[in-house]
Amino acid sequence: MPPPNPSLVQILKQPELALNRSLPEWDLLIRQARHSNLLGRLHHGIETTGVLGDLPEQAQRHLIAGGNLADRLHRSVRHEISELNKAMDKAGLPLILLKGAAYVAAQLPAAHGRIFADIDLLVPKASLGEAESSLMLHGWTMPPISAYDQQYYRRWMHELPPMQHIFRGTSIDVHHAILPPTARYHPNPGKILADSVSIPALPGVRTLSPTDLILHSATHLFHEGEADNALRDLSDLDLLLEHWGTLDPENFWNDLLKRAVEQQLGRPLWLALHFADRIFSTDIPARVQAQLDALAPSKPGKAVLDTLYDRIFVTQHPSTDRPGASIARKALYIRGHWLRMPAHLLSMHLLRKAFAPDKPKRRAAAAPDGPEQIRPN
Amino acid sequence: MKLGELTAPELKQRLTGSGLWLRTGEFVACIHSRFADIQHSLSLLYADHPLADNAGFADFHISIENGSGLRRYIRPQAQFVIDGVKPFQPLPANQAFPILEWGMNWCITAYGHHQLVLHAAAVARDDRCLILPAPPGSGKSTLCAALVNRGWRLLSDELTLIDLRTGAIHPLSRPVSLKNNSIGVIKAFAPDAVFSRATEDTSKGTVALMKPPRTSVEQMMQTARPRWIVMPKYVPSSPARLDGMGSGEAFLSIADNAMNYHILGTQGFKAAGNLIDECSAHRFEYSNLDEAIATFDQLAREA
Repeated sequence: MPPPNPSLVQILKQPELALNRSLPEWDLLIRQARHSNLLGRLHHGIETTGVLGDLPEQAQRHLIAGGNLADRLHRSVRHEISELNKAMDKAGLPLILLKGAAYVAAQLPAAHGRIFADIDLLVPKASLGEAESSLMLHGWTMPPISAYDQQYYRRWMHELPPMQHIFRGTSIDVHHAILPPTARYHPNPGKILADSVSIPALPGVRTLSPTDLILHSATHLFHEGEADNALRDLSDLDLLLEHWGTLDPENFWNDLLKRAVEQQLGRPLWLALHFADRIFSTDIPARVQAQLDALAPSKPGKAVLDTLYDRIFVTQHPSTDRPGASIARKALYIRGHWLRMPAHLLSMHLLRKAFAPDKPKRRAAAAPDGPEQIRPN
Repeated sequence: MKLGELTAPELKQRLTGSGLWLRTGEFVACIHSRFADIQHSLSLLYADHPLADNAGFADFHISIENGSGLRRYIRPQAQFVIDGVKPFQPLPANQAFPILEWGMNWCITAYGHHQLVLHAAAVARDDRCLILPAPPGSGKSTLCAALVNRGWRLLSDELTLIDLRTGAIHPLSRPVSLKNNSIGVIKAFAPDAVFSRATEDTSKGTVALMKPPRTSVEQMMQTARPRWIVMPKYVPSSPARLDGMGSGEAFLSIADNAMNYHILGTQGFKAAGNLIDECSAHRFEYSNLDEAIATFDQLAREA
């Protein structure tokens, strides 16, 4: 029996559940999917299952719009990748892509309908200078940030401050490691670089090995402490785990567990698999589940994490807010930082941010800039 | 049920309670607001519009709210909110109704990528559509307001919505937005037309909205076929003059004014190409509205 009112997550997993939904259900589903940047993915699932045409016109148009937007973003990302490739080539470096850009370049299932704009790349720390100057020569600059933030990034972070292209406005994040040098865990970036794989269709462009790509996406999701795209990012992991788990069931899971332990990323992997299973019912073999217990936190620790993350892995639309959602978001922000730096650094940093908070990253456009073109004339 | 059939207290109850479910063409907006001006302007300009209470689905959940904090009391502001998101900075509260109108347009340009959205006015004779793509200041809205007061059907004064599959044009049938001198010009040209209170000092000067003709609202679900593309240009003391326009130039006039052309990629290119194939394209210079109407009526008779 299908569930009577399937949730967004259930429809993402089983798109045929989209059939026979009422209009009020669609009203909410479309808004939830839009808020969690999953409208494009919802469209992709429903369209490839062949049921799009059977849905009410009202739902179809918003799904199609979401699909068109994702297509457009992917076109633009592919163009950016070829431009980045030129810049890195000039510096004598390969272009190593992470997360969304990697999914799109390598045509992985996690690319399906993914709505995103920023491109993440990995550069060996020793080549950071060359990479940065070549990127600047090719038009990527750093929008001005405060001296404190500049120093914070350079000294304590595993990435450069975000760079933006002066003409196209596209953003990139240049990483030199998976985690900041001050973090609890110390995955070795050298091994990750050494095991990176080429993307045959795009000469010069590389991405991480399947296991490293998953470990990186998992670490990013559970260490950054940002709720906005958490559900989408967990959905990425669900798709990737099932993809490689089906393709190479013999080796994939063993490699993943082994690599996680070797790279001190057992805990992020446990979190990823635990919540992929809890939220998306990801197909994880029983033997893997059993091995995973060795990486699990204590029972009370697990209860706390479940309580917090059950409030994060929702659509971030008011309709799915649960009591304590905003506390959970704050707690995970602090947890992200807690894992990232020792207590004395963290307390100084949070004090600083409490008394001199960042200006909002992307300020709401002033109204005259917003609907300018559609104003009366 | 039409909005005009609601009593003032009923309208207020909806706007401040479960929302006013308003149909404009294929879109349904669910509107919340406590601003008295919004209630008043809606009852004035949308009286003929159908309510969509039973639809169960709103394309856009919109609310016009007070600005935050003490400003509410000192220099009140109005903030456009769509489903909890605030895409713009708030503006002075006297602009609350124009903000609702601009916001409803913004929703279509930001989310309506299932169709090609042109920044153009569209009016129709029977089911044959005249598209007026033009940059601001060309007199497009003035011309549109004049035409719909002389028997042409209003599809939209700002956004021409082109179906990607069928090429048909979907009406919006919303009020026509006029600014500065055009307000007086149209009031003199069509003394019976109904206008909102003029809002002064917006970023575009003084703005007023004109109620769409009742028959246009009643036909809001009837699509039209593209037939003419006309680039209007107001030239002081010029006689009305209609010239042919090459298809390359016509294509550019569409592409330049397509708001989501860059998003739709190949689909947008094809839709614009099909549109050009179906239309005759013209340039039009005018100074006198009666002459302009006569020119377009003649065009409609010839076809």
